[in-house]
Amino acid sequence: MKPRHRKLAVIASGVTALGVASILVLNAFQSNLVFFFSPSQVAANEAPVGRSFRIGGLVEEGSIRRMADGVTVNFVVTDTAKAIPVAYTGILPDLFKEGKGVVAQGKLTANGLFLADEVLAKHDENYMPPEAASALEQAEKARKTVMMQ
Amino acid sequence: MAINWFKYSSPASFYVLAGRMIPWFSIAAIVLCAIGLYIGFFVAPTDFQQGEAYRIIFVHVPAAWMSMFLYVVMAMWSGIGLAFNTRLSSMVATAIAPTGAMFTFLALWTGALWGKPMWGAWWVWDARLTSELILLFLYIGFMSLQAAIDDPRRADKAGAMIALVGVINVPIIYFSVKWWNTLHQGATVSLTQSPKMATTMLTGMLIMSLACWAYAIAVVLMRTRAIILERERHTAWVGALPEVAR
Repeated sequence: MKPRHRKLAVIASGVTALGVASILVLNAFQSNLVFFFSPSQVAANEAPVGRSFRIGGLVEEGSIRRMADGVTVNFVVTDTAKAIPVAYTGILPDLFKEGKGVVAQGKLTANGLFLADEVLAKHDENYMPPEAASALEQAEKARKTVMMQ
Repeated sequence: MAINWFKYSSPASFYVLAGRMIPWFSIAAIVLCAIGLYIGFFVAPTDFQQGEAYRIIFVHVPAAWMSMFLYVVMAMWSGIGLAFNTRLSSMVATAIAPTGAMFTFLALWTGALWGKPMWGAWWVWDARLTSELILLFLYIGFMSLQAAIDDPRRADKAGAMIALVGVINVPIIYFSVKWWNTLHQGATVSLTQSPKMATTMLTGMLIMSLACWAYAIAVVLMRTRAIILERERHTAWVGALPEVAR
């Protein structure tokens, strides 16, 4: 083998190793780093059965119910197509609100209730002053009213 | 007037050039940082959902941007050093690594401080956070590998391999929030879309980014000068330097 060929072989094997490594990493990410499943994915049985996983979506408007013990909260996680009822006992993050993003970790019971042992708030990538946010909200309301008429 | 750029690929002339550039970038870093932090803390409005806590963005995002950008620059100089056997390129790559690692750590640390009040967790193993942690390990791996090899030219070559292989991680970090479901939100500022934040907030963040750039350039130049002196200590020109001559 000439030195030049050897060099080429080394480079080729290096590139191959890099390719294989990145495919393996991406593959591992794909299967293990699915951070949460949407309610539709759960309905389609894509979520793992019998072990803990996370569901993510929006807290459905008007669905938050505080139980009599004061620390247990029931709410519904929706992706607007499917919805899953969730029960959680513990302290909720400040950003946990109706209509906002949420990620809950726990197990799905046989009757379809998701028993969460951790609830995280997922906020969006928009940043604006409260006045701008309320102006947007007003505009959205006005648009909806016009559409209904 | 054409500038002979190749002149500055010689450590001896780059040493002088870098020495002249350092004060300017240091001053720029301090001034921009002061303006950026002032806008961030006093001028920028409160956020509609995160309140005052969002203000950590003025450090977090510039640090995260720099951590990725510096890695690409480090890999580029490593690659040039590897391909053309230019001494200075590898020295610059070596000089970038600690600053890149510092920004990566800063991004992770401020992210944790931000995650606890907003998300409800210091750390989650989502794709964005995990790939950024891998970036920190790549920087540390690069530095420790170079430190473990005594011959600087061999250390440069070995480090360059890590740097070049690790580049694959940078697009993974950047697009992780698009490719996978992550707890980390998507990009607020991108090249393809108009920014999803109020103008004052954006101004503060961009000025802080410029401050980080100026800081990184100043510190990398300082470190490069130190590396040049160390590696070229046996040469006549180093011996003739007024700050070295005894």
